Amino acid sequence: MKPFTTEVITSRLWKVWYRNLVVYRQNWKVNFIPPLLEPLFYLLAFGIGLSSLVGSISYGNQQITYVQFIAPALLAINIMNNAFFENTYSSYVRMYYQKTFDAMMATPLTLEEIITGEIFWGATRSVMATAIMLFVVSFFGVLHYPHALLIIPLGFLGGIAFGSLGMLFTSKVKNIDLFNIPIFLIITPMYLFSGTFFPLENLPLWARYLAQTLPLTHLVNLVRSLGLGHYDASLLWGLLYLIIFCLILFPVSVVSMHKRLIK
Amino acid sequence: MDARSSSSIQPIIEAKHLRKSFGSFTAVDDISFTVPPGECFGILGPNGAGKTTAIRMLYGFSPMTGGTLRIFGLDVPKDIRSIKARIGVCQQENNLDPDLTVFQNMEIFAGYFNLPRMLSRERAESLLSFIALSNRRNDKVIELSGGMMRRLVLARALINSPDLLILDEPTTGLDPQSRHQVWQRLEELKKSGLTILLTTHYMDEASWLCDRLIIMDHGRILVEGPPAKLIRTHVGHDVIEVAEPAPALLDFVAGMNLEYENLGHRLIIYGNNRDVLYHEISAHCSHEGCILRMATLEDVFLKLTGRELRE
Repeated sequence: MKPFTTEVITSRLWKVWYRNLVVYRQNWKVNFIPPLLEPLFYLLAFGIGLSSLVGSISYGNQQITYVQFIAPALLAINIMNNAFFENTYSSYVRMYYQKTFDAMMATPLTLEEIITGEIFWGATRSVMATAIMLFVVSFFGVLHYPHALLIIPLGFLGGIAFGSLGMLFTSKVKNIDLFNIPIFLIITPMYLFSGTFFPLENLPLWARYLAQTLPLTHLVNLVRSLGLGHYDASLLWGLLYLIIFCLILFPVSVVSMHKRLIK
Repeated sequence: MDARSSSSIQPIIEAKHLRKSFGSFTAVDDISFTVPPGECFGILGPNGAGKTTAIRMLYGFSPMTGGTLRIFGLDVPKDIRSIKARIGVCQQENNLDPDLTVFQNMEIFAGYFNLPRMLSRERAESLLSFIALSNRRNDKVIELSGGMMRRLVLARALINSPDLLILDEPTTGLDPQSRHQVWQRLEELKKSGLTILLTTHYMDEASWLCDRLIIMDHGRILVEGPPAKLIRTHVGHDVIEVAEPAPALLDFVAGMNLEYENLGHRLIIYGNNRDVLYHEISAHCSHEGCILRMATLEDVFLKLTGRELRE
């Protein structure tokens, strides 16, 4: 069987996805709390506490408040974090400690379906968290509807991107503590330098170019324009970037997982 | 019946010249065996003999390095998905899903086989009652005892009504009561005509359950046959064990053309109808230090694979 054919990855992958959904539903109250409270904390601390120092920010050809500026960024960060953490720590626990993948591999499921199901599940967590957060952020009156609703499907694409990235690390790390390395070297810098809490224009030129290579920069751009109802051609490049990122990282993570588990 | 199955019964497993290497290390080195329908076939061997590696190739977990393997007449790895749909596997490590309840473990696992929901529930119910765990259906797996978990692994492996059950050390780490519980279930499954392949470290388990077995070491098959026949061929009916044998006794035995092993502090003599010899020898040494017993599979195993520790 050749990898990435319809023979190897069938709709059975949703059985893996469904297993995770069943577990998630058991703790749904706990799982709902972070996306519900996180934006509240951030918008209160940064939006209200910091905005008087920042004043207004120019975005496109308009002036927006600091709350308007960071609210979409929080949504984008949330998309990244949900999928990335699901497909690192949680997938690793299922793979290494719980031997869940081993048990699945003794059934007609293929490893490719298992990993795809896991990544789709990570993306689903991003979507669910996005929907909840969108609801909370709406109370601050900064989002333009109905366009802002497109952030929800965008959450799935972003989830696949960051979930695949997470899965790649899951296939490589020797133990669970080593996830600190990609978090410190990749996730935290992206969190700070992707046009999230300040405009990229404030950075020196080289740093601005560097920021353009980060997937979160493009996700933040997309979420911000959908949320604030401001569009230009650079968005298509951003979308294209994310799609290409997925098309590379997803198969690479599956192949790398194959190398780790099939001996 | 098609032409092929009328001429000879289609074997469930047909392994020919099976090989598996990890880099320069050969874990399974050219083994061949056939398992007909309804047989309980055992793979025995010390740690590192290649048992687990061999059966992992059977259910498609590890790719084969060489040889051919057919299960239900289908080709591994080409038809592995259809093969896996008809196999039940109890892996060595306990890999029940700790995030789920007992019943959910059965139900979700049935989903991996694409079983319809109603059928999954029916089978889960009846299998839980088969392993006497119906009353624990809503408990989390972590709340179960080791023996219960093992029974649940067995029940889970049966959810797809397999035509072949593969068990990798099904009773390792269980107390005697729990082991007998598992054996009893396996006996029942055997009676119902299920083909079973198992690996084990327990010789009594193998003698009890297996119709035929192979003993492996260093990736190769040393012997093959029904347990009773292996005992007869390789050690005979009786075994005499002498603790702290005197030099005079050792000379006596050496001069008698007997099959024996001298372990220093213990002398072991194999053979048939050893009553007379036993009386003779027990006259030479104290009665407590000298016993006559029936030969077991363990004698065969130790004789063939040696007594050094394996890690």
